[in-house]
Amino acid sequence: MHIIENGNVAAALGVRLCGVNVIAAYPITPQTPVTEKLSEWVEAGEMKAEYIPVESEHSALSVCIAATSAGARSFTATSSNGLLYMHEQVQWASGARLPIVMCVVNRAVGAPWNVWNDQQDSISQRDTGWMQMYASDHQQIIDTVIKAYYLAEKTSIPIMVCYDGYILSHTYMPFEVPDADKVKAFLPPFKPDYALDPNDPANLNTVTLPDVRMDVRGELAHGYMEIRYLLQEELRGALAVAAETEKRFDEIFGRGGDPYIEPYLCDDAEYVAVGLGSVTYQLRVAVDALRAEGIKVGVMGIKFYRPFPDEAIAKALKGRKGVIVYEKALSYGYEGALASDLKSALYDSLAGTGSMPYVQNFVLGIGGRDIKTHDLTETLRAATKGRVAKEPVWIGLKL
Amino acid sequence: MQAKTTILNLPTEEFVQPGTRACTGCGLAIAYRIGLKALGKDTILVVPPSCLTVLQGLFPVASTKLPCLNVTFASTAAAASGVLATLRALGKDNVRVAGWAGDGGTSDIGLQALSGAAERGEKFIYFCYDNEGYMNTGVQRSGTTPIGAVTANTPLKGKLQNKKDVPAIMAAHNLSYVAACSAAYPLDLYDKIKKCIDMPGTKYFHIHIPCPPGWGFDPRYGIKIGRLAVETGYYDLYEVVNGEFKLTAASEKLVEKRKLTPVRDYFRAQSRFKTLTEQQISDIQQAIDAKWSGYYKKDEE
Repeated sequence: MHIIENGNVAAALGVRLCGVNVIAAYPITPQTPVTEKLSEWVEAGEMKAEYIPVESEHSALSVCIAATSAGARSFTATSSNGLLYMHEQVQWASGARLPIVMCVVNRAVGAPWNVWNDQQDSISQRDTGWMQMYASDHQQIIDTVIKAYYLAEKTSIPIMVCYDGYILSHTYMPFEVPDADKVKAFLPPFKPDYALDPNDPANLNTVTLPDVRMDVRGELAHGYMEIRYLLQEELRGALAVAAETEKRFDEIFGRGGDPYIEPYLCDDAEYVAVGLGSVTYQLRVAVDALRAEGIKVGVMGIKFYRPFPDEAIAKALKGRKGVIVYEKALSYGYEGALASDLKSALYDSLAGTGSMPYVQNFVLGIGGRDIKTHDLTETLRAATKGRVAKEPVWIGLKL
Repeated sequence: MQAKTTILNLPTEEFVQPGTRACTGCGLAIAYRIGLKALGKDTILVVPPSCLTVLQGLFPVASTKLPCLNVTFASTAAAASGVLATLRALGKDNVRVAGWAGDGGTSDIGLQALSGAAERGEKFIYFCYDNEGYMNTGVQRSGTTPIGAVTANTPLKGKLQNKKDVPAIMAAHNLSYVAACSAAYPLDLYDKIKKCIDMPGTKYFHIHIPCPPGWGFDPRYGIKIGRLAVETGYYDLYEVVNGEFKLTAASEKLVEKRKLTPVRDYFRAQSRFKTLTEQQISDIQQAIDAKWSGYYKKDEE
């Protein structure tokens, strides 16, 4: 069924289709309509789930952590400072290996207060052990939520499904709502390896020593370092699971592609613009304009940011002359986090091969500053003539 | 009047393994052991960082024979809500949930989540074991450290502020049941848990926990000091059932006797009150006397 709705409703529909048992949320702009919609369905009996209207984002993720520990499929959504307020629980969820799915409706963080879109909130959670997927339109939002539960539960690692506040959350777009029976076929019921149960008591997330230690039966149990090593290993391994997930999704729903990246006119491109989320669709207009002038440019949206698909990305960018990174966030004090990650992937894969592209970092759209297609075209054109600057260049700055 | 539990008819089943990592003479070890007997087997525990985390032991060995979810400091009540939500969603209505947190995790960092859960009417029992300080981190002041107590971060003058009255804060949430208990009166704790276990919404227990290293007394005097707190009228055992306040156990008997032990005896038995002056002690005594004359008056009505 095709409908025309906003991005938040697309996310909520995905959650409903996945048969989520427990939803907890605290209102924050621009996330609010997702959880309003879910509360409405739960109250009306159209969705069989527990909806917990908590008193803070910290508690929202706490509820999900406990609910998933007890064997439920859980969901929450947040934005901006709400995500930052959750930060402690964000780390706890991945450390405890809980397959929670959380929508992050991207918004700038304070201070000063700003409710508009950029991606500083989710990028600042990059190193928490969660997977991060970025959607570029409403179809991707609903599809990504469904894929996310499958992937999270396969790997026992939580996922953030990130999409741009207002640009996607509040705009209306047509998209297909996946068939409920097909979702059931795609996503089996959640069966955790362990859930809190009086008939099989265990103590979860206890104090764990630096070194390995014997249990009462004399078997060696992991130390903290082993547990953390396994999180890293299995996060890296999640890239393969993501590929399998994408294939499976394609087989059942007839929609699929590269699991990690979304290329546009990249095949023969000498210069590739790279970004996360909706900006990559806007960049397509700039690419079309430059292509008309004969400049060989393309765009690559990164759908999967953590774990970072470094090999796939390096392979896709190999032999290009320039990689131009458009980012709505910064690793303050250095450069855009995505630019750093791309350089790192290129270096690991291409150092010494002579086919290393230069990397230009642009920063734009901070705090909802208008991204003008004209600016995208002009900056992209300039960057195809060689690296503009070593430091990130801010687009649309008015000092 | 309900039949009181005695040491003779207390269930023999243990949910706390022998050989925990609790300090010698720890009041929590008593309250926890007896409290879990009252809660019974079909209970899921939620525990934030606290002395209880230490008591329970290190991965992969656990001293509690109930399923237990260790959570972050601020999230006990929210996590208990999450477990309950799952039990409802999965139709497991025979399982109870209990949060068990220290005074720092309750009166300070955990209060927001606790207040939120209580306001939503989440059906779990929340236990605050109050050893009157951050004992697990080396004895720092908390919201429930009493005035005059020397701690690691009130080292010279003792704490300058009064103890936060958490049971009163929780009673203000219109809970079905609020109780003040003491590790020195474990059977009173047991009976109160049994009494409220099926009552609706959130139930709150505040348990006074003598702490030998934190309070500065010989471990063998733990019960004696816990009792002194009650016998001096300094810490009262009571329950608030649907808004009705009633003294219980030894505190109830004190009303009949109308004779309190001087609070000086309680203070002088612990090194943490060493900087209290005679004037301060006499001021506190006056406040206790005023509180208790209110109890006597109520009794006469």
